[in-house]
Amino acid sequence: MNKLTRFFQSLFQGNKLVIGIPYGWFILLVAIPLMIVMKISLSEMESTSISSMISWTNGLPTLKLNFANYQFIFSDSLYVKTFYSSLKYALITTLICLAIGYPFAYFMARAPKHIQPTLLMLIMLPFWTSFLLRIYAWKTLLVSNGVINNVLLSLHVIKEPLAMMNNSFSLTIGMVYSYLPFMILPLYANLSKLDLRYLEAAADLGTSPFKAFWLITVPLSKAGIIAGSMLVFIPAVGEYVIPELLGGPDTLMIGRVLWDEFFSNNDWPMAAAVAVVMIALILVPMAILNSAEASLEEGKS
Amino acid sequence: MSQASNKVFANGWMFAVYLFLYLPIVTLVVFSFNDSKLVTVWSHASTRWYSALMQDGDLISAVSLSLKIAFLSALMSVFFGTFTAFALHRYSRFRGRTILHSMATTPLVMPDVIVGLSLLLMLVSLQQWLGYPERGLFTILLGHALLGTAYASVVVTSRLKEMDGRLDEAAMDLGAKPLQVFQLVTLPLLAPALVSAFLLTFTLSFDDVVLSSFLSGPGFNTMPMVIFSRARLGLNPTINAVATVTITIVSIAVIASSFYTSHVERKRKRETALAYSDVNK
Repeated sequence: MNKLTRFFQSLFQGNKLVIGIPYGWFILLVAIPLMIVMKISLSEMESTSISSMISWTNGLPTLKLNFANYQFIFSDSLYVKTFYSSLKYALITTLICLAIGYPFAYFMARAPKHIQPTLLMLIMLPFWTSFLLRIYAWKTLLVSNGVINNVLLSLHVIKEPLAMMNNSFSLTIGMVYSYLPFMILPLYANLSKLDLRYLEAAADLGTSPFKAFWLITVPLSKAGIIAGSMLVFIPAVGEYVIPELLGGPDTLMIGRVLWDEFFSNNDWPMAAAVAVVMIALILVPMAILNSAEASLEEGKS
Repeated sequence: MSQASNKVFANGWMFAVYLFLYLPIVTLVVFSFNDSKLVTVWSHASTRWYSALMQDGDLISAVSLSLKIAFLSALMSVFFGTFTAFALHRYSRFRGRTILHSMATTPLVMPDVIVGLSLLLMLVSLQQWLGYPERGLFTILLGHALLGTAYASVVVTSRLKEMDGRLDEAAMDLGAKPLQVFQLVTLPLLAPALVSAFLLTFTLSFDDVVLSSFLSGPGFNTMPMVIFSRARLGLNPTINAVATVTITIVSIAVIASSFYTSHVERKRKRETALAYSDVNK
């Protein structure tokens, strides 16, 4: 016990440890793994260990780099199409989430103060229940003999079951459904802090509510819009579970390709190369997210 | 638009969004009590899939593995997440803070497949070098703890920002040692955040399928892995039953913890008010 106390005492005397522990943790589990991915993407299938990449000439180590995987990715039309289609679905998801989520967050921020915590918890609650099970639930709703088709058929609204499953429709619904809370939460955080006096001032000066909304509310919530959009867009690009369960043969997604390269083809260098290209694609959105979060924080203080 | 029709539109919009969010969950629960083998066609109410669940050995051992991993990874996440939050918040001006901040946000936004692949390749390299670790419970735990640390640090950081730093200073002025300050002042104030961080990271771990699939070894199937492989093959009523059990437990836990948090908050406010009223006497 005494030892333990002394250990903790030393911990709080040394700020170095408070910084050092998380630093070591993240370097081991984030920085080094990403470097290894980079390295393996430049190796061949047979040689995935570090030693095989270094050849010794005249007693000096030289690094053999192999760009064959990248050449293959950029020359093969299927990969290019898949990257394009992933970005397309991620963008569509983001736009739909924004179209649904912005009005929602706006109304929520204007709702009576005492019910806002409940409204917020109702948005978070599905987020706490298993993501996988909720995606599975959409499958039971959308398949051709699924709940929605059965209800519509029995009400004689439709004669033939609608084809809503394993296509871009089911994929988009699943993605919007899963990522909508990520759009709503930063927007709500932003809009609930909006100073209403700006709008009153605009009204006093004769601006119509509609015009005031576009000229004042939207520009002031820019940071929330950007943060929400990036929080949806970035994970959506690499999504695997939703396209696997709800997508079809035509809905190409890069997360699925990476998975198949790794698990079905056992081609680790290729999977690593796909991952590196994916990281390159989301690097710019990540930088935008960082600056948006920084300005959200300034707005708070 | 008049004021009243505005309000109707706003309420209608919000209602539609909640319907969209909850309809699939309600359907899952309702059809778990369906007697038919077909998940989507209602015959009559029964608890047959719950009895099937009780005899499902694969699923039961997967649930116990998942619970173990979720509990341990939540503990680790809260531990490392608290350190991360302190490093980022309390020592806001140290060299490399930006690097730590971006490393801590990477697992939050990076697609799961990349986090899983990179961790696995690192662990494989480590194994080639040291002969350790074997893929299994430990490697899954490490992956979940990484993801959890990132989330826990966000939760704890937001709490640290709300906390009054002067309380720590006051305690130190009154002669408390740093450890005493932590135990008697910082920790009690931080407790609600630690509880919600624990619950959040527990849920994240209990829900994860992608990281587990990358990091698992033969014989180590978590509950989401079993559910995922069944869901890939088609619809399966036992999944509905599992879902209902999970949803019930999670909802109770979330509602209970939010009551606990607001209770602690109110108690703290009352005590603060009392303390100030003493001063004013």
